[in-house]
Amino acid sequence: MAPETPSTARENPEELPLIGREYDYRAITDKISSIVLTRPAPREWYAAFGVGLVLVLVLHVAAGYLFYKGVGIWGIEIPVAWGFAIVNFVWWIGIGHAGTLISAILLLMRQKWRQSINRFAEAMTLFAVMCAGMFPLMHLGRPWFFYWLFPYPSTMGVQPQFRSPLVWDVFAVSTYFTVSLLFWYVGLIPDLATMRDRAKSGWVRRIYGALSMGWRGSAEHWFHYEMAYLLLAGVATPLVVSVHTVVSFDFSVGLVPGWHSTIFPPYFVAGAIYSGFAMVLVLAIPIRKIYGLEDLITMRHLENMAKVMLATGLVVAYGYLMEAFISWYSGNLYERYMMWNRMFGSYGVYFWALMLFNVLMPQAIWIKRVRLSVPALFVISLSVLFGMWLERYVIIVVSLSRDFMPSAWGRYSGTIWDYLTLAGTIGFFLFCMVLFIRLVPMISMSELRAIAPKQKEGGAA
Amino acid sequence: MTAERPMYGLIAEFDDSESLLAAARLAHEAGYRRMDAYSPLPVEGLAEAIGIRRTRIPLIVLLGGLTGCLGGFFLQYWIAVLDYPINVGGRPLNSWPSFIPVTFELTILLSALSAVAGLFALCRLPWPHHPVFNLPPFEMATQDRFFLCIECQDPRFDPEGTRRFLGDLRPRGIHDVSS
Repeated sequence: MAPETPSTARENPEELPLIGREYDYRAITDKISSIVLTRPAPREWYAAFGVGLVLVLVLHVAAGYLFYKGVGIWGIEIPVAWGFAIVNFVWWIGIGHAGTLISAILLLMRQKWRQSINRFAEAMTLFAVMCAGMFPLMHLGRPWFFYWLFPYPSTMGVQPQFRSPLVWDVFAVSTYFTVSLLFWYVGLIPDLATMRDRAKSGWVRRIYGALSMGWRGSAEHWFHYEMAYLLLAGVATPLVVSVHTVVSFDFSVGLVPGWHSTIFPPYFVAGAIYSGFAMVLVLAIPIRKIYGLEDLITMRHLENMAKVMLATGLVVAYGYLMEAFISWYSGNLYERYMMWNRMFGSYGVYFWALMLFNVLMPQAIWIKRVRLSVPALFVISLSVLFGMWLERYVIIVVSLSRDFMPSAWGRYSGTIWDYLTLAGTIGFFLFCMVLFIRLVPMISMSELRAIAPKQKEGGAA
Repeated sequence: MTAERPMYGLIAEFDDSESLLAAARLAHEAGYRRMDAYSPLPVEGLAEAIGIRRTRIPLIVLLGGLTGCLGGFFLQYWIAVLDYPINVGGRPLNSWPSFIPVTFELTILLSALSAVAGLFALCRLPWPHHPVFNLPPFEMATQDRFFLCIECQDPRFDPEGTRRFLGDLRPRGIHDVSS
């Protein structure tokens, strides 16, 4: 075990095993299903549950006071009407992207290392998109009219404006959530059947039985299933690219200096995957430790995720560089001022913190010792998550506060309610993850069987 | 205990996917058609071995995607041009490039929904009380055992002959499945 010891650090990463060599079908099933069915929850689980629960209550208070009082309790004002709410929305939805990338794109590319991490990365996507979805709703001012965003036969005789990126966003995010949920559920069905067949008590059996729809692993079922799963991955792949593209249209279709740029879609998509992989690492590292899953989520998984993070981080860094270059090269007064203000204006510290956390820190991943050090990866991932939040803050707040006319300039800072709401959604995310780990198998058993290194005796490997 | 109930079929239990695949091929060669194989993971070639050649899922997804694509575009066209036209400085009402993102999203949405609906329909799920669940050892089918079930309704089924045929496949065990 303990693949992170220095002796294995010198090995070729391709030779690091995907999962521990002693696993056959039974060992995989036992290990993963027992976390839910038989093993008592570890103390760390209760701690995370408690923290999550408290923060969910904080979210209730923050949202309750918001609904009572109105969006004036937040720091938003004119010209910065898109404060924390939109920063957090973009941050959360970006985090969600890694789940779909791991489950869909890596499936199409036949990357077998996805199979230990896809289940909880997909769950993470769902919860992150839920957190993301709360913010535009709370930001509406009159959230009870949210359904005005959809086309429906309204007695007022009005319809949504389909030329607006904000309406595109509604369709993109709701489609994204639905497709992620379907993908996750279809992937779960065979495992839910395993849980049904292993459950001891009657009502647990009945619940998993109902959720598994009576799956019995028939050859015909698997035949349809594999095709459906492949096609779902096929449609989820362009979807995940489109979602953050549409989110970036919210900005780049606007005329504000710092927003109106064609580089936004690719740079947003790369940033989304970047922060998403950081979040998967932040979750995977404690989970594998607490549940003793180091031989299922191995160093090879962590290292591969770190490499994806480094690659997407470089795309993001290129985006920053091009933004600066184009604002100089364009010769446009407002663009040049925007960049100068971003770096040396009153919000300059945010920009340089962003460079430190999002560009500089992750370069350590180039060093193999760092890639194979679990604590270092954890710290770098946290740094990336913080950096990506700062990026959205810089794009939204700094650009809005200094647009064309000095008479319209302003200064923005979040209030205590902004911070409590953000903390509340982090708690909601944690709370959902904790429940997920307790209630469904967090690693796909049926997919791991396909890469089990050892078959049962009597069968060829 | 279930001797009174009519029989559904005979099921042979195997240890690994290769034995199941070989057994399924032999059973198909022997002329059995009403049968099914059960495994805890997808086994390549198993569906073909018991005579299932194609799946209609791709067609269903294509139809769903086309519905989403055309429906999504004409929804926007109808709203922006016919039902609720807004004249913005004389620009064309049918500004189709700005309808592309929602058209795309609805294509994906309907493709995914039809993939899942098609999967459930073709597998005839939910089906919580299939006869194979009456067999206690069958709970291993979702864990680490492989099963081949020949149903009584097969024209070539004959309780003794089929049992002998399954026995020749050297399974781990043969069980009666009551319906």
